[in-house]
Amino acid sequence: MTIPRYWREFQHRYRLIGTKCPKCGRIYFPPREVCPYCHRESIGKMQKVEIKNTGKVYSYTVIHQDVPDFKFLKPYLFIIAEMDSGVKVSGQLVDVSPEDVRIGMPVRISFRRIREEDRAGIIEYGYKFIPDE
Amino acid sequence: MVGIVSYGSYIPRWRIKVEEIARVWGEDAEDIKSGLFIYSKSVPGPDEDTATISVEALRNAMNRKSVKDVGAVYVGSESHPYAVKPTSTIVAEAMGFTPEITAADYEFACKAGTAAMQSVMGMVESGMIKNGIAIGADTSQGAPGDALEYSAAAGGTAFIIGNDNTIADIKRTYSVTTDTPDFWRREGQDYPRHGGRFTGEPAYFRHVTSVAKKIMELMGTKPEDYTYAVFHQPNGKFPTRAARMLGFKESQIKQGLIVPYIGNTYSGSMITGLSAILDIAKPEDRILAVSFGSGAGSDGFHIEITKNMEDYRRENAKAVWKQIESGKYIDYAIYTKFKKKIKMGD
Amino acid sequence: MRDVYIIGIGQTKYGEHWEKSLRALVVEAGLKAIEDANIYSKEIQAIFGGNMSAGSTIYQDNIGSLISDFSGLSVNRIPAMRIENGSASGGAAVHAGFVSVASGFYDTVLVGGVEKLTDVSMEDQAEIVSGEVDQEWELFNGGTLAGLQALMARRYMHEYGAKREEIAMLPVLSHEHGSENPYAHFRNRIKVEDVINATMVADPLTMLDMAPASDGAAVLILASEEKVRQIKPEVKIKISGSAMSSDFMSLQSRENLLELKAVRDSTEKALKMSKSDIKRVKIVETHDSSSIMGLLILEEIGLFPKGKAGKYLEEGYGHKDSRVAINTSGGLKAKGHPMGATGIGQIVESVIQLRGKAEKRQVHNADMALAINVAGTGSASISHVLEVV
Repeated sequence: MTIPRYWREFQHRYRLIGTKCPKCGRIYFPPREVCPYCHRESIGKMQKVEIKNTGKVYSYTVIHQDVPDFKFLKPYLFIIAEMDSGVKVSGQLVDVSPEDVRIGMPVRISFRRIREEDRAGIIEYGYKFIPDE
Repeated sequence: MVGIVSYGSYIPRWRIKVEEIARVWGEDAEDIKSGLFIYSKSVPGPDEDTATISVEALRNAMNRKSVKDVGAVYVGSESHPYAVKPTSTIVAEAMGFTPEITAADYEFACKAGTAAMQSVMGMVESGMIKNGIAIGADTSQGAPGDALEYSAAAGGTAFIIGNDNTIADIKRTYSVTTDTPDFWRREGQDYPRHGGRFTGEPAYFRHVTSVAKKIMELMGTKPEDYTYAVFHQPNGKFPTRAARMLGFKESQIKQGLIVPYIGNTYSGSMITGLSAILDIAKPEDRILAVSFGSGAGSDGFHIEITKNMEDYRRENAKAVWKQIESGKYIDYAIYTKFKKKIKMGD
Repeated sequence: MRDVYIIGIGQTKYGEHWEKSLRALVVEAGLKAIEDANIYSKEIQAIFGGNMSAGSTIYQDNIGSLISDFSGLSVNRIPAMRIENGSASGGAAVHAGFVSVASGFYDTVLVGGVEKLTDVSMEDQAEIVSGEVDQEWELFNGGTLAGLQALMARRYMHEYGAKREEIAMLPVLSHEHGSENPYAHFRNRIKVEDVINATMVADPLTMLDMAPASDGAAVLILASEEKVRQIKPEVKIKISGSAMSSDFMSLQSRENLLELKAVRDSTEKALKMSKSDIKRVKIVETHDSSSIMGLLILEEIGLFPKGKAGKYLEEGYGHKDSRVAINTSGGLKAKGHPMGATGIGQIVESVIQLRGKAEKRQVHNADMALAINVAGTGSASISHVLEVV
């Protein structure tokens, strides 16, 4: 990922910022410029919202594939969490063994390194989930 | 009065035991445990570094008290993720403080965190800012097989410092600074070197005890006037002995002595011990806190808990000892992978 | 709107074609299709090329021109364009070709799909095939295509109480049918326990739940009623329904992970266009990029109740001799999954069946087939209904 491509999503990735439609109140993550249900009435009016950082495991998997960016993490847990605000967010779940993960388990967002270009390249930070104990 | 408005710590989940490191290097684990008074140390996950630890520590502080008017953020560490490119900006972005804020990274051996605290105190007292953030965090390095490998750990603590609504007032700070080269790492080197026993008497003990004595002299206090004392913790032995030399009892240092279980978190070391004390301290408790940095010196603080502590939401973040207890052990092989010590192919 | 017919089909064997380039594969299938249609190249008025990843696998874009040129058609100056919709590129190309003939603009068009995956390393393949999920908000965080489909599988087991064994039934069926298809990537039969015990890819899905990365090409020649009258094919096969629908790109954006709204919509529309319903369909080619995707599609189109597809397969449904035959080609799992060709290859198989030329895997009285081609975790779906008329 080139630097500008990573940089322009900083805020969304660092702070889990999505958008809210002022018309119907739906919250979206990833952020979007137009509400699929309110269309024109939402254009230019979508509001940035920081999504509350707690939720529950909605589904989970352990990925065993050789994904070059995640070599040091293999196998790694990947989940979709249903956040307390109702919006679903997918991401890695860390600091827990796969056998201890259950659907419905409370999780929260943690600030982590996601990838790096290489040992000399830019470090890309973002969100991962950790158990909410 | 200037003081701590909120605080938070973060200790990575992973631990390695002294036995496991000693097994690999053919050392006597019992010898090391009794010699260093260290049983295990914290290890950062492969996706953690000083920036992520700083953010998590600060989020814990903000969860306890959401402070709006923040004018400065300083991160002290000797393991900033980049040699060139600041850590504090990453922290400021992650907290949503940018762009109207001043920030800088500190690097001052193991007392970069307390150096940051003093800077923020000065800015608050001068009226330059309303609240400021000082963080000390590290993912420290010890060369494989070196004595440091048993202690070099990861963790950090963040303080929000301001004039209003303080939970702990910092009534006095005092520093000594000398060039006593007992520990260093040259540019481009992966691991530090140290002066062995030279790090004891002329370095650690001289600085820590002289600062502690001076603070008590300035405040007109004696060891028994403090509920708690906490000193820099390169191992369990040094702070215990320093406390004894100064006339403190074990009961005064026990709560803040975290090094036996998580190792030396360098810039995060003393202040995470202080954080553990704040987890239980009551109004009017007095704390003597002294940091130490090799080739740097010592910063001392006389701290008094205020009445505000009663309404302060400590329970909104995990206490230090709770974090220490929730560690999970890994073996040396996983440790070398997590710490990226394995030479990879291209 | 005019009726649209399929007058020619061609395909390469799917699999590892070390000796053949992307262009060689598509030319091989294209020439077969033209020959099969019994027309001359110069009668083709336009090319719609389905391809997902040539830009990443062999750094070759402008695939439309490439196909046109090496099929020997560029000297005829015909329009040739590439259609890209991830794994659904092939189906989307067919839909585009269909629309172009149905509208009356063209009478004879070539729809070809191709993918060349063995020119890149295995590691890169995983990332390239994941190119159809949201790069910023899924793959950036480690959410591969297989990983995301595994999230669907886990949720499926959780919500419906479906057993792992039931999910494994589709790969078993696909391999059984694929073993009789000379064009299939894999021609071995497998058992449920083979699927469950295979190398884990994304828990609970194993290597044998997942479609392979195959090289291959497939081509159709579409024609108008006028053209068909002129050619007089032995069996007249009409595309009686063609529809494409879309859904949220990333899985996290969907209210229900187990609802494939695009699949339901495109299939309902295609069946409605053909004035038919699912009960009349004899052959279904489902998009089993993974076992779970294949099953969810079968449920979404109303063939089986929700959460029960695997159970029905256990009882023998889906076999070529049952009321509805599923994946007689071997599906994506056994026939293979050269993404750009996949959706077109499904229709090639359907035509072979409707012509009665499927030999050992021939379905009795095959007169109507439904092919469903899907992108990613369901972000796009194309349904085609084919009938003998």
